Amino acid sequence: MATVETRAVTKSFDGSNAVDAVDLLVKEGEFLVFLGPSGSGKTTLLRMIAGLEAPTSGDILIGDKVVTQMPPRARNIAMVFQSYALYPHMSVFKNIAFPLDAQGMHRDETRKKVEWAAGLFGIQRLLQRKPRQLSGGERQRVALARAVVREPVVFLLDEPLSNLDAKLRTSARDELQQFQRRLGTTTIYVTHDQVEAMGLGDRIAVLNNGRIHQLGTPQEVYDDPADIFVATFIGAPPMNLVESEGIVTGFRPEHFLPHEIYHGDQDVTRFPFKVTRVEYLGSDRLVYGILEQPFPAAHVISRLPSNVSVAVRKDEHHEFVVRNRDLRYFDRASGKRATPPSRTTPP
Amino acid sequence: MIAGADAARTRGLRRFIDNERWLGRLLLAPAVIYIVALVGFPFLLAIYYSLSDATVGSRTLHFVGLRNYGQIMDNPTFWESLRNAIVFTLVSQVLVVVLAKILALALNRNFRGKWLVRFLILLPSVAPISLGVIGWLWIFDPVYSIINWGLRAIGVFGPNTWPIWLGQPNLAMASVIMVDVWRLLPLATVIILAGLSSIPQDIHDAAAVDGVGFWRHLFRITIPLVMPIMLVALLFGVVFTFTDMIVIFVLTRGGPYDTTQVLASYAFFTGIQGGNLADGAAISLFLFPVLVGVAALFLTMARRAEVT
Repeated sequence: MATVETRAVTKSFDGSNAVDAVDLLVKEGEFLVFLGPSGSGKTTLLRMIAGLEAPTSGDILIGDKVVTQMPPRARNIAMVFQSYALYPHMSVFKNIAFPLDAQGMHRDETRKKVEWAAGLFGIQRLLQRKPRQLSGGERQRVALARAVVREPVVFLLDEPLSNLDAKLRTSARDELQQFQRRLGTTTIYVTHDQVEAMGLGDRIAVLNNGRIHQLGTPQEVYDDPADIFVATFIGAPPMNLVESEGIVTGFRPEHFLPHEIYHGDQDVTRFPFKVTRVEYLGSDRLVYGILEQPFPAAHVISRLPSNVSVAVRKDEHHEFVVRNRDLRYFDRASGKRATPPSRTTPP
Repeated sequence: MIAGADAARTRGLRRFIDNERWLGRLLLAPAVIYIVALVGFPFLLAIYYSLSDATVGSRTLHFVGLRNYGQIMDNPTFWESLRNAIVFTLVSQVLVVVLAKILALALNRNFRGKWLVRFLILLPSVAPISLGVIGWLWIFDPVYSIINWGLRAIGVFGPNTWPIWLGQPNLAMASVIMVDVWRLLPLATVIILAGLSSIPQDIHDAAAVDGVGFWRHLFRITIPLVMPIMLVALLFGVVFTFTDMIVIFVLTRGGPYDTTQVLASYAFFTGIQGGNLADGAAISLFLFPVLVGVAALFLTMARRAEVT
């Protein structure tokens, strides 16, 4: 168990920065998720922590020790790859034993450790098989067992669930979190899937263009996005944005509801709204529409849970409201959070 | 009228081309004719000759059974040629595989001037073999040898050291092996390079994270994963070397005292230059079961080592 720290870590490829002066401190035993679209630099940052890429500048510390110049094997980390990267010519047993062989561990000791790691993931009966004889889910467990077996101080996971089908992914997510809690090993997890990030992470680092836009708990990142990128990247459908006078007002679709829902005593902002489309999704209805005067004609979405029975049809005009405490304001020029404007809200 | 006839002909042609049965046969025909005429027929002819008393000077031949085989088995030169062929093949192929592997590993990395190194290494494979070997003949020349003059100039050879590369038995074998390695190295390197680049980078990264150093990485990960394709390279090399006589013919003609005589060159000297077609055919056919065995062995090993 150890902390992981990056100090102004930068990686340039052909003059542009894939990772741009990232400062980050991962706490001991924490499950931290790097979340970002493809090309955001999240995998490059992870590979630099692993030692598979050398930073152009900056320092990386694991357990308060500078490891920037050290090869991966000296860092006592383990990594699970998106492709799992199992050694195809070795049996499952030899795959899991491989990191121990590299340490020169005694054979009996190795056997014991491999059986312990295989037991953690319920793959004891697969030990004699070759990777090609395994299903996707089994391969993923073998990759995890290989990572766990030598008890590293940090786990690095690069989209380990993205090759699994949707159903398996849900149960694998659950198991992954349980085993991380049990071992209490500092873990960094890279994903582009916000559901995975929200569900797994103690904290989430939202990356774009090589920079960390926000670092916070899932709740902070969702409820209090630091800027417009985070507000629109997280949440599906994303936060609605309405721009006027250099200020962007944002509100989540699930907070944008017909005025009938709220009692008169609540502090709300009213948005007259023309419905253009309604999607029925079973547990929710998604209502698409365009705001009307006095607001600019912005496209917005409302998500109505199935227990809201107000009838909403295409081409109707409705008055939807958002509680004022659910409104977020951003500066249009910088994209950053701004203080609420002092104007009086329309009645 | 004429237009109608043309249209009918076009239709007939189209029907023929669209007929998979005939089209398939048509497209296969060149390859089949080629193999039958230039491989199958000579092969059968060789078997026939080896069981007869055919000579270059006579137009008649008689069936003599296995007499020719018995004769060559009694001939010490045949056994020496067989031994030489095995030494020549084994030593040169061990060198080729090791060197090709090293070269391929080097060329798999990025470094400045890589294209030049790659160009120089691949050069031998584009020059006609016989021309390249004639170049080597000059390099090994007893009077002009650039090796001898060069090494003397930098002081490695003293005034009394002057090896005759192709004239001293052990040196002659070493020389032909060296030329054979030079000739086969490019092909083996390219094949192994293809094998190396087919290993996903993730596997190498995983091994690096799992904590292995260079040697363990090489012997536990890289070599096992390129093994199937390395065996294919080795198969090519063994077959090419075992059946080759160009290097021997140009450099030494089997000399001195048959110390570089191999089966292929011995068959040529006996059958064509010596005029004894029957014995020559018998000697060259001796290669056939050996090569079939080698090919079967390697292909089985390659399949077993196959991983994906």
